[in-house]
Amino acid sequence: MSLLIGVPKETFPGEKRVATVPGVVEKLIKLGFRVAIESSAGEAANFTDDAYRTAGASVVPTAAELWAQSDIVFKVRPPSPEEVGLLREGGMLVDFIWPAQNPALMQQLAAKKATVLAIDSLPRQLSRAQKMDALTSMAGVSGYRAVIEAANAFGRFFNGQITAAGKIPPAKVFIAGAGVAGLAAIGTAANLGAIVRANDTRAEVADQVVSLGGEFVKVDYEEEGSGGGGYAKVMSEGFQNAQREMYAKQARESDIIITTALIPGKPAPKLITADMVKSMKPGSVIVDMAAEQGGNCELTEPGTAVVKHGVTIVGYTDLASRLATQSSTLYSNNLLRLTEELCKTKDGVVDVNMEDDAIRGLTVIKDGTITWPPPPPKLPAAAAAVAKPTAVVPKAKAKGHGEASGPMSGTKTAVIFGVGALLFLLVGRFAPASFLGHFTVFILACFVGYMVVWNVKPALHTPLMSVTNAVSSIIAIGALVQIAPDLSKISVDLTRPQEWIRWLSVAAIALATINMFGGFAVTQRMLQMFRK
Amino acid sequence: MTASLSTVSYIGATILFILCLGGLSNQETSRRGNLYGMIGMAIAVVATIFGVQVTPAGLPYIIGAMAVGAAIGLYAARVVQMTQMPELVALMHSLVGLAAMLVGYANFIDPAVSVGLTPAENTIHEVEMYLGVLIGAVTFSGSVIAFGKLSAKITGKPVLLPGRHLLNLAGLLVVIYFGYAFIHAHSVAEAMTPMIVMTVVALLFGVHMVMAIGGADMPVVVSMLNSYSGWAAAATGFMLNNDLLIVTGALVGSSGAILSYIMCSAMNRNFISVIAGGFGTDSGAAAKPGGVQPAGEVNPILAAETAELLRDAKNVIIVPGYGMAVAQAQHTVNEITQALRKKGINVRFGIHPVAGRMPGHMNVLLAEAKVPYDIVFEMDELNDDFPNTDVAIVIGANDIVNPAAQDDPTSPIAGMPVLEVWKAKHSIVMKRSMASGYAGVDNPLFYKDNNRMLFGDAKKMLDEVLGALNS
Repeated sequence: MSLLIGVPKETFPGEKRVATVPGVVEKLIKLGFRVAIESSAGEAANFTDDAYRTAGASVVPTAAELWAQSDIVFKVRPPSPEEVGLLREGGMLVDFIWPAQNPALMQQLAAKKATVLAIDSLPRQLSRAQKMDALTSMAGVSGYRAVIEAANAFGRFFNGQITAAGKIPPAKVFIAGAGVAGLAAIGTAANLGAIVRANDTRAEVADQVVSLGGEFVKVDYEEEGSGGGGYAKVMSEGFQNAQREMYAKQARESDIIITTALIPGKPAPKLITADMVKSMKPGSVIVDMAAEQGGNCELTEPGTAVVKHGVTIVGYTDLASRLATQSSTLYSNNLLRLTEELCKTKDGVVDVNMEDDAIRGLTVIKDGTITWPPPPPKLPAAAAAVAKPTAVVPKAKAKGHGEASGPMSGTKTAVIFGVGALLFLLVGRFAPASFLGHFTVFILACFVGYMVVWNVKPALHTPLMSVTNAVSSIIAIGALVQIAPDLSKISVDLTRPQEWIRWLSVAAIALATINMFGGFAVTQRMLQMFRK
Repeated sequence: MTASLSTVSYIGATILFILCLGGLSNQETSRRGNLYGMIGMAIAVVATIFGVQVTPAGLPYIIGAMAVGAAIGLYAARVVQMTQMPELVALMHSLVGLAAMLVGYANFIDPAVSVGLTPAENTIHEVEMYLGVLIGAVTFSGSVIAFGKLSAKITGKPVLLPGRHLLNLAGLLVVIYFGYAFIHAHSVAEAMTPMIVMTVVALLFGVHMVMAIGGADMPVVVSMLNSYSGWAAAATGFMLNNDLLIVTGALVGSSGAILSYIMCSAMNRNFISVIAGGFGTDSGAAAKPGGVQPAGEVNPILAAETAELLRDAKNVIIVPGYGMAVAQAQHTVNEITQALRKKGINVRFGIHPVAGRMPGHMNVLLAEAKVPYDIVFEMDELNDDFPNTDVAIVIGANDIVNPAAQDDPTSPIAGMPVLEVWKAKHSIVMKRSMASGYAGVDNPLFYKDNNRMLFGDAKKMLDEVLGALNS
């Protein structure tokens, strides 16, 4: 019997997102599931009940009915106590849970003997998990929206222009924290034409900042800030002082500041002090994306936008929800990928495989037993184990042209030279002078050939072969000189098998000439084709 | 024409030949390089015909032979398909080998050449003659077999006789023994038997050597035979005391040797093991049992979805292989390339050194289809760009994009440089079936999450993709 996936309307005030969009409903049905949706669940994100019906979902009038029917519930926000009450005994719930911040909720869900997959607990460092990473997709949406909110509150253009009415300087945007949200904000602001600067305690993101069109601002202090799982860690005091100075400077210069600095499990670091806000130009904007965790700015009021010291401080905590159509689509795709992982058999039955690293991390409650936090991911160790054999494989980089693979070992060189010297000695000892002349020419020609051919482009290797082929028809000369030599100078009386030699030579000339003409002609034909 | 004048002409021809090879260092100068080669050849031939060594009595024969040869050569050059280039080149190598053999025999039965030589000079001359015929014969029979294999007239599988290394060794000993008898023979008639025995052994050796080499190693064989034809010319030059032949032969010989070396290092194998043969198998061989089966699923994709992916991409890299040549798909590839470039998508080609059946084979095919050469790159030039690539399309290639070469030290192709298509955001492999490549190794690329398989004949599938792109 295939399972029923239920999608209730979000109950959190102002939440506009929905956990599943009609496009994904179709795909879930293809996986063998049945889908039910609470009436008007998608309305705020512009998905009508009819669209869901067309996609194959059944529309259920009330939340209570929906929760009662559903084997699996897809949600966005953590469930309210009432919703937990509606959850079926032994049912399954997939949504954001934040188990560290919500211990009471965890207890309630466990009491329901539920199985709960917290999309926020995904082990994000697994490359396989990226397609399910809702934190990343939501952060991307929020970063984009943060810039739009800033632009909305800001009284000028983002891009610099020179118009008949005068010159407009470009807006200067500073972005604190270059995580997913920060990077999305950098890209969006840069695309609008602003001058974007960004900072992050993790130096390795500098390249990404630059690639999106931003400029990376360094803190003048040496310390590496990468914590586990791609998050930043708390920094030393010396660093923080240097950082504060840098922020103060940026605050004086920037028109817009967007802060995204979060440290997992800790309140957001206070990066922007009240003094820094005062130093900003009137009309400037701060968008504090960390408002929900207390904010990166001392003056942030979570949930609203306020004007203090002439600076608009935006502290919305629902940036992703403000772009509900987009974020719902992305979120439901993440859930679809997760469902695919849970239901590899495509028969509408899920298998919560606790051996699977990704699923293990996600599953915070299994059949009423709290399984959070998961054991530390085996990944870094496993990666190291995998990395070792890789290192064994010699990284055989194909050699460039004329470039040797580094100098040969001393003994090898000595052996080669030794053998060469011996050969030359033998030749010099026994060969007559007439031979040596030719021998010299031969050796030198080999070297010339070596030098010249290394410069040939690999793209032209086929023409090279056909032209050398044509050139090797020079063997015709060998036949030409034998066909009718001048014998008058030879005093000795000889019986020369004239006819045999002639016809052998004629055959050789004909063969070589095929090559001569054919080779050059075909080379010409090929080279003509190479064009820009 | 005096002797000095022909010598000077020879020097001129030599310089032109060197300039000819030098000209091929890039596409702009390559046509001029070919022209230099033609002029050099013309000078050399004319200087010889009107030089002191040829009396007018020979002219009718020379003109007749050259007219016939030229007609055949030009005809062949006109009708050959670009996909058949490897066959044509192999066939031409065999002609040089045969010509070298004939010249060697003509020289051998001519008593006039040894008049006035000292005993030491005479011995050297005989050794030169013997070697000239030997190399010519191996080149001839080896090239004929290579031609047969490339044109699929002979199976591409390595044919391995029992005790083949011993057979080769025995052949070598026979050749040395009869060489000794040849040098100590007192008359042409007496030397004839060793000469003929050696020729037969050399011919058999050429056949045996190339038969043992599999399809995937053909680029090495073709370039090796290229090298041999050069050495055959050089040996003839020694025999006839002709510096022009020596220089030209040495140029060609070292060119072929370098190509063989490049091909070998592109497969991370050494020359001896390629020549010893037995590695490459016929196409479609099943994966070796007992090999590690890559985990994961194969995700098929349709032509329409491929077109969708391409349309949304910014950077596309196309990796062609022998399968593109077989399906004659290069023109469709070009049309797709043009269509994508019109949409402002950056399309590039990544060519592995051993893709196809001879060095540079893919470049020629793409050039034939009018793909501009400045978007065709070598492996080393764009291998680092795959992470920034949205879609990498592999057309009829397998081993050259196999990640096992880097990840799996036990793989038969471990350490071979490969194009890292799996680092692109999406890779699409066009293939007829799930059969493994020439090396008989399963390809973990097919099982990667970001890889999709587009099954079917490359030409037909590409036509569908093109149709979907234009609709």
